[in-house]
Amino acid sequence: MNALKVLLGVVLALVLQTLLSRFLVHGRLGVDLVLVVVTYLGLTSGPVVGLFAGTIGGLAQDALSTGIIGIGSLAKTIVGFISGIIGTQFIVSQPIPRFVVFVAASIVQIGVVMSLEALLELRSLARTYPLTLLEAAGNGLVGTVLFQLSDLLPRAIERRKTARGGVRVSRLRE
Amino acid sequence: MALPDIRERAGYLFLAVAVGHIVLISAQVNSRSGIPLLQAVVFGAFSQVQRVAASVVGSGQAIWRNYVDLRNVRAENVELRRREAELQVKLQQQRSQVEATVRLQQLLDLREQSGLATTGAQVIAGSATPDFRTVTIDKGRRDGVRANTAVLAAPGIVGCVVTASRGTAKVQLLVDRNAGIAGLVERSRAQGIVLGTGEDLLRMEYLAATADVKQGDVVLSSGIDGIYPKGFTIGRVERVERAGTAIKAAYVRPAVDFAALEEVLVVQGSQPTQPGVNRAEGGK
Repeated sequence: MNALKVLLGVVLALVLQTLLSRFLVHGRLGVDLVLVVVTYLGLTSGPVVGLFAGTIGGLAQDALSTGIIGIGSLAKTIVGFISGIIGTQFIVSQPIPRFVVFVAASIVQIGVVMSLEALLELRSLARTYPLTLLEAAGNGLVGTVLFQLSDLLPRAIERRKTARGGVRVSRLRE
Repeated sequence: MALPDIRERAGYLFLAVAVGHIVLISAQVNSRSGIPLLQAVVFGAFSQVQRVAASVVGSGQAIWRNYVDLRNVRAENVELRRREAELQVKLQQQRSQVEATVRLQQLLDLREQSGLATTGAQVIAGSATPDFRTVTIDKGRRDGVRANTAVLAAPGIVGCVVTASRGTAKVQLLVDRNAGIAGLVERSRAQGIVLGTGEDLLRMEYLAATADVKQGDVVLSSGIDGIYPKGFTIGRVERVERAGTAIKAAYVRPAVDFAALEEVLVVQGSQPTQPGVNRAEGGK
């Protein structure tokens, strides 16, 4: 996967996140599309791409927020890298393992951000374990659906192409 | 196929001849009604056939008519549904226009009442991350929008501009965990600092331990922070947190519904206004 595609994926996630924020964020809970895309890219394209996507996406999010620039991006870089390693070391091709990876990625990100905020004595969000798990599950669900769709879409296109090719061949034969 | 020998079918022959006779006789005999019997019998029999035929044809016609009517009804139904959908869309558009007009009227009223130099702006995007609460507006430096200026809506204070580019600006909402505003309780004039929590409620801290704060109290901006003009509604106290008898903090429900924010006013000057100028709207 080239850098442009990674960049496009991250930018698309960021645009969707800002446009759909009123649907994606409710109270303390929210779906982080950038995190989902970073984890997805890490799993499918390896640690380098995951790292790159995490850095770009995290920096952009930090720049568009009101917090310290770098905290979110560091968390996402770690997440992208680790998910890249998981993607290369393990076979993550079923929905449940994918869901678990996305949930774990969300928890790792929240953990890193909270740790850094505590370290820097910044005002942190009052998180509870159930809400953190619920948020991670939301990200996991969105990520798993994205993964399944990205699996199904090329196959569907291929089947359609094959079907069209078959029709052409039969017409030629006629 | 060879015709059967008529001689072998004598009974049939007899029957045919007998019927012929009866027909012949009846043709010459009148019925009680004065109509020849043959005519009466033939008519009686044929009328039944006609009745059945008429019934069948009538039913067929009725079925056909119903079918045609149904087709028309179907077409008419489709047309009516289409028109209904169109009308629904028009109704929604009109409702939306009415709502927009009301919102804009409220903003205009607010602008006139406050006496502040403001510029209207539209919210064009939300937060980039769920951890922080910001929105992007479609006005920037080009329109006189500067960092650290207050952003208002008809119900109350929205937040403040944190970054302004040429054509857009980033607004930190009051609910953002890094947001803070100097506030006072309208009823008792108790002062404190209202802080964003990243959640739906704001937390009013630094209140005097003996401050008079009750659930339902309206909290206004006090203006001492130098960013927000004085007297604008922040929200209503939803609950009070106490440590023994002393007040620790008060949780304030913001007056503005941030999820439904569309149009805002960005303050361009920093002229403080009279307290409670927008109480009628914001205190609702």
